[in-house]
Amino acid sequence: MHPVLILVVQRLALGLLLLLGVSAVVFLGVEALPGDTAEAILGQSATPQALENLREKLGLNEPALTRYFSWLGGVLTGDLGVALTNGADIATSIGQRLGNTLFLAGCAAAISVPLAILLGLVAARYAGKWPDKVISGITLTTISLPEFVAAYFVIFLLTQVFPIFQPVAMVFPGMTFWAKLNAVALPVIVLVLVVLAHMMRMTRAAILNVMQSAYIETAELKGLSPMTVIWRHAFPNAIAPVVSVVMLNLAYLVVGVVVVEVVFGYNALGQYLVDHVSKRDLPVVQAVGLIFAAVYIFLNMLADVIGILANPRLRHPK
Amino acid sequence: MRIPLSALIGLTLTGIFLFTAVFAQLIAPYPIDSTVGGVWEGPSAKYWLGTDTIGRDILSRLIYGAQVTIAVALASSILAFSLGAFLGFLAAVKGGWVDQLLSRAVDLVMAIPSLIVALVFLTVVERNLFYLILIMGILDSTRVFRLSRAVAADIAVMDYVEAAKLRGEKGTWVIFREILPNALSPLVAEFGLRFIFAVLFISTLSFLGLGIGPPLTDWGGMVKENKDGLIYGKAAALVPAAAIAALAISVNLVADWILTRTSSLKGGRGG
Repeated sequence: MHPVLILVVQRLALGLLLLLGVSAVVFLGVEALPGDTAEAILGQSATPQALENLREKLGLNEPALTRYFSWLGGVLTGDLGVALTNGADIATSIGQRLGNTLFLAGCAAAISVPLAILLGLVAARYAGKWPDKVISGITLTTISLPEFVAAYFVIFLLTQVFPIFQPVAMVFPGMTFWAKLNAVALPVIVLVLVVLAHMMRMTRAAILNVMQSAYIETAELKGLSPMTVIWRHAFPNAIAPVVSVVMLNLAYLVVGVVVVEVVFGYNALGQYLVDHVSKRDLPVVQAVGLIFAAVYIFLNMLADVIGILANPRLRHPK
Repeated sequence: MRIPLSALIGLTLTGIFLFTAVFAQLIAPYPIDSTVGGVWEGPSAKYWLGTDTIGRDILSRLIYGAQVTIAVALASSILAFSLGAFLGFLAAVKGGWVDQLLSRAVDLVMAIPSLIVALVFLTVVERNLFYLILIMGILDSTRVFRLSRAVAADIAVMDYVEAAKLRGEKGTWVIFREILPNALSPLVAEFGLRFIFAVLFISTLSFLGLGIGPPLTDWGGMVKENKDGLIYGKAAALVPAAAIAALAISVNLVADWILTRTSSLKGGRGG
């Protein structure tokens, strides 16, 4: 078997193993917490009868491991159970919202990835000069802001100071693609702002790292222009780190999306998650949490695999 | 020793924030929870930063909020540090199955975004300061663990550690007397970063309505309270938002400076 294939299969297997471990953390971690789950959900003033009913409903009277495996079996067959609060089927509720979340995150990724790579290239080309200082200064500021803080500054700027956008992002089924795009403009700007900084700084660092190699000096001595040196010699060698940077930041987007959805009242998975944490609806939170974790792990795994495939030394072993 | 301008600004601002937090009760012009003016009044001589969604003085709430935000963040980063650094050193010194067990457990927790894990746990536990600090501290200790394990692994192979082991010193002695003093400087800079992370974490949780609630207040909660004013052009929510940003940036500047200083001491990049 080709050694790269073995490496890739190893990474995939590791990813699956990690996902299994994460499901255990999400389910059994809750068990390990001090106190009684039913009492925490209902509050201390709950009657013993109500507590007993909830325990029955959650199956809390069975041993934890039995419940974990039946839950895991359900997850694998697409049966996520029903919500405690309204008895709605969780898988159906998630299905309706997942599309909206992916649309938002997808738009943000489509803009931020090329922009971050471009800015990273420019900053690396002019390292230490003013374009680098301006770009690095701005990204250093946005890196220190949590998503919701960045969001409210953007909202105030673009709906009050310069009234260009609407402050809420509503998406309905049946809206045209362009109408949807218009509706998510503001949250997308916020997400781009938050992810861009990390991605751009790491791209810059990856390229500057490659720029110290001897073959870059050779290219410079041949008299190539600095942009050609970066584009033809540095960038191809920096692809592996840059791609993994991009993937890591898309994974970061997964968390950003939760907060940004709440800020804009955008009806999608993150909003659904936070709502049900407040309502203490454990089955919903566990299911949605597992989905977010799975996406995160998947992107990290993809970063690893692309990193392996993009590395010529691993592709052509001696 | 010359302190660069950025570090000076960072140190000054961080100092002001800490001072405000410690002496909040003495500085705040109005009580935390009394309605003193109209709803969302602009800044005036009476209310320097205006009033909030139910007419409370924003400056006073900001000052009390500094106390809660900084205290909670500090407590959770101290917990993260004691736990993460101790286990990290332990893994580096002991090696073998102890190291394997701890490292894999940390890999597992770090495979999920902290916010998601925190949300899952906050569904079940009572939402009070104790559990907030505990959850944030434990989740953040994983990052400290990785750093201190790496730092200690470099130190653990030094001759003086070997000598101490041969003298027959116990594991805890090696950790606290040989490794800790030599690992301190990179860990100090990391402490600043962990503190910022904790500030952002608790602010986000409070903003989502899952962190600190009445009667206490923190900056994230203040943003939440006043956010609806933004669409009427009332900028009250931006004040605590700016405070969060200012605290994060100033601590960042200090941590950056410490990092550069310690790495230049070790003959790394100069300046």
